[in-house]
Amino acid sequence: MCTVCGCGAGEAKVEGEASEDSHEHTHVHEDGTVHSHAHEQGQEHAHEHGEAPLGVHSHTHRHADGSEHSHAHTHVGEHAHEQGHEHHHHEHGIAADLDYGSGPARAHAPGLSQSRMVQIEQDILGKNNAYAAANRQWFDERGILALNLVSSPGSGKTAVLVRTIELLKVKVAISVVEGDQQTSNDAERIRATGVTALQINTGKGCHLDGHMVGHALERLKPADESLFLIENVGNLVCPAAFDLGEQHKVAILSVTEGEDKPLKYPDMFRAADVLLLNKCDLLPTWNSTPIWRKPTPAGSIRS
Amino acid sequence: MHEMSLAEGVLQLVEETAMRENAQRVKLVVLEIGRLSSVEPEALRFCFEAVVDGSIAHGAVLEIVDVPGVGWCMPCGESVAMDEAFGACPRCGSYQLQPTGGTEMRVREIEIE
Repeated sequence: MCTVCGCGAGEAKVEGEASEDSHEHTHVHEDGTVHSHAHEQGQEHAHEHGEAPLGVHSHTHRHADGSEHSHAHTHVGEHAHEQGHEHHHHEHGIAADLDYGSGPARAHAPGLSQSRMVQIEQDILGKNNAYAAANRQWFDERGILALNLVSSPGSGKTAVLVRTIELLKVKVAISVVEGDQQTSNDAERIRATGVTALQINTGKGCHLDGHMVGHALERLKPADESLFLIENVGNLVCPAAFDLGEQHKVAILSVTEGEDKPLKYPDMFRAADVLLLNKCDLLPTWNSTPIWRKPTPAGSIRS
Repeated sequence: MHEMSLAEGVLQLVEETAMRENAQRVKLVVLEIGRLSSVEPEALRFCFEAVVDGSIAHGAVLEIVDVPGVGWCMPCGESVAMDEAFGACPRCGSYQLQPTGGTEMRVREIEIE
């Protein structure tokens, strides 16, 4: 499944295999800290422990004039708050079971709940971006040009790929990732040209993500200085937000979709560095007569 | 429906933080969504309620902070307000605008207890 979004949980498949080889663990350590990490079955893995420094916590003091202040301090050992006193003070080095610092607020003030704000300040797509950055570094180290082809369904992404591959396969090694909700029809069309292709079925998912492409790299093992082409799920909305680690997003727009597509779907056209205008042979028909009145031979591509 | 993916991403960050902080419950989640980002706040709100069901953030209030769009206008040579991705400069009417702010999608903070 897609670990970024969880979309299509259990339904995302790489060429017919459920991609269930990775999973997450949660550990609770003796000192009470908890962390989780993901790893792949049967492989070595490293994980980071995000433990808070031991013995660091903050106190809130209430003074006789009613003012309060809090401060953080570090010490080894435990301490107890004495009952029934007017001014908070603490003693170090005395073992005790009362620990007002163990709640989320790490402090105790009479009459206040242990509720507090925690800053996160992280990008919602941070996980995907990390996978994408790893893919990008992998491509860079090997001199591989990776392109992410995006468009609405039926604009001709696969046809453009097939023609491009036929023209370039004698000059450069090429491998292809195909993204669709279901079927491996597109991968089969690509394989018919003689190059390696891997189909990713996203199930209920609407886009490829950095994690899926990372798995595809492990499977396809593209050659150094080769061309790596990713055909995203046909969708002019969602793939715009998900970096896969490619050098460029290439948007394909066929003239029959209407010239206002970039205005209707601005995110995708803003995310793309290159725009290919496809099915231009239909342009005269499109401009003058409704397309269904004047059938023209389809299949020729000028891109 | 990539808002569902984004809502799952939000929940993941919230759960990781809540677990690290030994929280029992998440009461409030504050997001910053830029006006030029590729997310629809109302759709995200709908998906958030769906994904937090049964989690530590069940029942949490979702607060979405609207971050205004800012773009660099080339003819004006300065930053101007931008309301949409391919919008015109409010000063000179040019479309030569490069978005510089309001593209973020972030989890700012959460309230836990």
